[in-house]
Amino acid sequence: MGHILIQDLTKTYLRRGGVAWQFNSEADPVADDELLVLNHIDLEVYDGELVCVLGPSGCGKTTMVRIIAGFERSTSGNVIIDGNEVTGPSSDNIFVFQHNGLLPWLTVEENVRLGLRHMKDRREQAERVSEYIDIVNLSGFEHQYPHQLSGGMQRRAELARALVVNPEVLFMDEPFAGLDFLTRLKMREEIINMHEYFKKTVIFITHDIDEALVMADRVVVFTDRPATIQLDLALGFPHPRDFMREPDLEALRRDVYVGLGVHYAL
Amino acid sequence: MDFDRMRNYLLPCLLFLALGAAWEILAVFSGWSPAVFPGPRLAAKAAWELIANGTLLKHSVASLFRVTVGFYLAVIFALPLGMILGWWKTGQISANALIQFLRPISPLAWIPLAMLWFGIGDKPAIFLIFLSSFFPLLVSTITAVNHINSLYFQVAANFNFTRIEILSKIIFPAILPSILPALRISLGIAWLVVVAAEMIAVKSGLGYLILDSRNALRMDYVMDAMIAIGLIGICLDRVISQLNKIKSVSWGSV
Ligand SMILES: Nc1ncnc2c1ncn2[C@@H]1O[C@H](COP(=O)(O)OP(=O)(O)OP(=O)(O)O)[C@@H](O)[C@H]1O
Ligand SMILES: [Mg+2]
Repeated sequence: MGHILIQDLTKTYLRRGGVAWQFNSEADPVADDELLVLNHIDLEVYDGELVCVLGPSGCGKTTMVRIIAGFERSTSGNVIIDGNEVTGPSSDNIFVFQHNGLLPWLTVEENVRLGLRHMKDRREQAERVSEYIDIVNLSGFEHQYPHQLSGGMQRRAELARALVVNPEVLFMDEPFAGLDFLTRLKMREEIINMHEYFKKTVIFITHDIDEALVMADRVVVFTDRPATIQLDLALGFPHPRDFMREPDLEALRRDVYVGLGVHYAL
Repeated sequence: MDFDRMRNYLLPCLLFLALGAAWEILAVFSGWSPAVFPGPRLAAKAAWELIANGTLLKHSVASLFRVTVGFYLAVIFALPLGMILGWWKTGQISANALIQFLRPISPLAWIPLAMLWFGIGDKPAIFLIFLSSFFPLLVSTITAVNHINSLYFQVAANFNFTRIEILSKIIFPAILPSILPALRISLGIAWLVVVAAEMIAVKSGLGYLILDSRNALRMDYVMDAMIAIGLIGICLDRVISQLNKIKSVSWGSV
């Protein structure tokens, strides 16, 4: 299970740091201070889909996933996961953060164990923790603290922490931000493999168009703020994907670049 | 001897020797009478008397006892209260004015009231030490909680942490690196205050020893007590600095 239904989602922020008690009765203070970020978004994500979300910086991608994950309230509209309306964060939907979300005072092992801390059987718990640490290739680093790991290793540890609780949905907000090119390619591959293996619903935000096209079952492109859905494409191409060998994918890539206002990148 | 050992031990010792030499030179050439300004040799002789008859040990233990109890009490009350106030915005905003009102009142200003309430003995001194460390610790704890990266609270929410878990597994470990310096500073303040408190409210401790020796015109004893205060201060600082070496705390220093 991991079906997400987003209905008519709208989000506005107060512009001046939420100062709502100003005494300017002359002008209409509300309309001036509001920043419309998400504009009536409708989206349905099917169980097991890997959806990549693209869009200009500041258009509201993070805002949208934060609302879906229950970290933030929508202004109007609702989000329904597996038939239940989202009212707050839950360990059924794990968020992998844009910046490092490992708890720095816990070792890799302790971080990964967070989601399993209620497990009665300590031995089974330890086995699962080490199994997932192994999946992300961090065996031998269980007892290191996050600051002793490289950026890529930290991301992988966070991934293990998210996967070990067997969540219905995984949210990843630019999880590769700040990684070098090669690590990025490797992590990409790992996520694809992981997704083929676990078949979890993944919502993956990225700025990298090629990354989205290589990874996703489906690509959703947002317009600039106020964000609406500009493009929503299912990609039926098999993995591993190669732009050279898939002329259709190459054509699509051009379309997306142009759609995002970049004409000369190719 | 390698450079680190020299820098950590030899050079500090040389500085102490230089201070001792300056003291000796001043005592010999200033022309003050030894009764007013005893030199190091007189002070050492007096120190031997104080050590031999147990006076110095007795007073040091008395002072240390008060500092320990008062400081522990302050930690026990200020840390949990600060963690809760730092986390619970309404409480923090409500309490802030009161804290800022009480904080600048010097612990020494409380001496008359403390003596009236607790009489003579350990209790008023402990109360004063408690006051002197409580407010700095409370304020630094609140500030530390306010500066916790909000991401960690989101991680906690994502993994369904309870309130108790947020306090014990997020807030407490997150503030530890910034609380340790605060503990160090407030222990220093407590040690400053105990001497002052003992000059007024009690009949034992290093502060009392200084006052009593002055009344007896024994400046050599006064200086010995001052040296003891400084040495114990170094030791206390050393002890509390060891906390920084705990592994789960060291992330704060990177
Ligand atoms: N807490 C907030 N209060 C007010 N405005 C906010 C807040 N968070 C985000 N915004 C605004 O909402 C808009 C969308 O922000 P968001 O973080 O969702 O963008 P994004 O698409 O994730 O951008 P990026 O790709 O750069 O991460 C931004 O213009 C930002 O100014
Ligand atoms: Mg973002």
